Amino acid sequence: VTTTLKELAKGEEKFTEGHRLCAGCAEPILARQILMAAKHPIVVGNATGCFEVSTTIYPYTSWNVPWIHSAFENVAPTITGVESAYVSLKRQGKIKEDIRFIAFGGDGATYDIGFQALSGAIERGHHFMYVCMNNEAYMNTGIQRSGATGRGAQTTTCPAGSCVPGKKEFPKDMTRIVIAHDIPYAAQASPHNWKDLIEKSQKGFDANGPAFLNVIAPCPRGWRYDPSQTVEMARLAVETCMWPLYEYENGTYRMTGESKRIAEGKKDRRPIIDWLKAQGRFSHLMKPQWASVVEEIQQNSDKKWNDLLKLCEM
Amino acid sequence: MVEQLVFNGDQAIAYSWKQINPDVVASYPITPQTIIVENFSEFVANGEVDTEYVCAESEHSAMSLCIGASAAGARVATATASAGLAFMWEVLYIASAMRLPIVMTVANRALSGPINIHCDHSDAMGARDAGWIQMFGENVQEAYDDSLMSFRIAENMKVRLPVMNCIDGFIVTHALEKFIPLEDSAVKKYVGDFKAVRPLLDMINPTTYGPFTFTDYYFEHKYQLVEAMKEAMPVIKDTLKEFGHMTGRHYDVVEGYRTEDADYVVMAIGSTAGTLKYVVDQMRLEGHKVGSIKVRLFRPFPFEEIAKILEGKKAVAVMDRAISMGSTGPMFPEVRSALYESKHRPAMHNYIYGLGGRDVRPEELMGVFKQLINGTAQTVNFMGVRV
Repeated sequence: VTTTLKELAKGEEKFTEGHRLCAGCAEPILARQILMAAKHPIVVGNATGCFEVSTTIYPYTSWNVPWIHSAFENVAPTITGVESAYVSLKRQGKIKEDIRFIAFGGDGATYDIGFQALSGAIERGHHFMYVCMNNEAYMNTGIQRSGATGRGAQTTTCPAGSCVPGKKEFPKDMTRIVIAHDIPYAAQASPHNWKDLIEKSQKGFDANGPAFLNVIAPCPRGWRYDPSQTVEMARLAVETCMWPLYEYENGTYRMTGESKRIAEGKKDRRPIIDWLKAQGRFSHLMKPQWASVVEEIQQNSDKKWNDLLKLCEM
Repeated sequence: MVEQLVFNGDQAIAYSWKQINPDVVASYPITPQTIIVENFSEFVANGEVDTEYVCAESEHSAMSLCIGASAAGARVATATASAGLAFMWEVLYIASAMRLPIVMTVANRALSGPINIHCDHSDAMGARDAGWIQMFGENVQEAYDDSLMSFRIAENMKVRLPVMNCIDGFIVTHALEKFIPLEDSAVKKYVGDFKAVRPLLDMINPTTYGPFTFTDYYFEHKYQLVEAMKEAMPVIKDTLKEFGHMTGRHYDVVEGYRTEDADYVVMAIGSTAGTLKYVVDQMRLEGHKVGSIKVRLFRPFPFEEIAKILEGKKAVAVMDRAISMGSTGPMFPEVRSALYESKHRPAMHNYIYGLGGRDVRPEELMGVFKQLINGTAQTVNFMGVRV
């Protein structure tokens, strides 16, 4: 797969101006990168969440392509319902063109409430790409914890108090759970590395069956950092190995981008404390009282990183 | 020559789908609906239909798939029951709000708890406010006929609403009965080609489905459903009439049986309406001036049609195979309300009966008539419960 900015700039804008997402939101950045990768006409499905409520406030829409939102937990069956209609109508000769299908959901829609529906859609082998815009909490409803929220992060439902240092649990490893479905293509990506994300998106669109992209989506409101720092925050997630860039393609794991260079010893791995101290949601962890929590987070990150190195045979 | 078949209700529904050949069927198996999707999956396995058949991992996903497929521009059918319908509850409203002509058979079954697999109407009644047209068939023939008509009604350009084709669990779904289907070619002609409206798969004219509406538009969108339901009533009546001309099987949204000179009337939905006709005949032999009503259409509710039959009667019993806890059966207040403006209002009584598949015996229904006649019926009565 080769990509140049010159080529990409020629493409039509599928998702346009006029949306009401926050300044500094990662979602429109990563969505535009992914949509640039589509070589075929596409239909977009959207779970309830920031990206849905902010891009289609009736009677306006930011979408120049067919788009459907049904509910929170069902974007996978909704878009694969569209795909099933396409398969049927194409088989009957009623549709000629090649069309691709993409679903966007937040981490709440993916890790939590829509987990079963996503698993079912992948197991059935529908030809669609599911993108998790992972901002690590329910941001649309005011920053509540999800299954993707990191250990020690404070949210409005797992606040940091004198006895509890924010979220008690580590997030579930959704990418690995999806890979356990023997999916043709799955990857973790980040909007700071646009080339990596676009190439992964192209592979996802071309996969012979379901594809899954888990994309880190820094949120200035929920993570508490300056809106100008979104892309830097995404970079930091990768450089600290909190969010390794890798892909799983036809049974093989492969490290990509900065993560590959770190794994090969060509780039330094930054300590987890750099990640924690950059965001207000972790500010309480800087107190001596919670030093052991910082240590735990580093240890967990080390373990996950080492597991991934083994899977990538590095 | 059309051959008479002996099928159970579920088989008859599956057979109707085979003849209709929907573009997409997405479903999840649940008793007592399962035979429908089992039979239909055999048609798929043997290449007898063009349908893309999706076995979802839940009813919530099944209806979500139906929504996606219908919005895409496909003719879509599904089936469910009981807990399955309850699990779909959230997305039922989305299907109607998007004006998607999905047709769903509901094999009426009690809701948990306690868990029970047998017939009552609590599932469909729980979904009565969802913006779906609700028809109830009495037997296998009506299950089949209603299934065909459901597609015509749902897809009518004045209506464009999803339709629930309800049949009593086990009593109709699993009982073998003779019925007369239409020829395959007649069904094909009857339902015609599906006309998609602003389909998602029209890539030239991209459409946004399911946008966010604030306080400034939500109410107006809901009011459009009110108008669609209003439009639906004459369309449903015409559809029934036309079907009668075509088949000789004459139906109406409300069907009175020996009600014209009756003083006492008992009304019900579904298979019990059939038992009631037998009971009316028996009691007529004994000289009682009694009649019965079958309510085929529950949404939109035929207020005027019911009032017309019941005005001037001495007493009426509304049989409800469901109950709203803390209130009455769901049909009772609607029938009573239908008669409010009448100058000759009958005494109105509600009978809750047959919950969880409790058998409905003719002698019990005779008892209801007798209570109406001798004036011993309470406002709300519970037929056959041990207290």
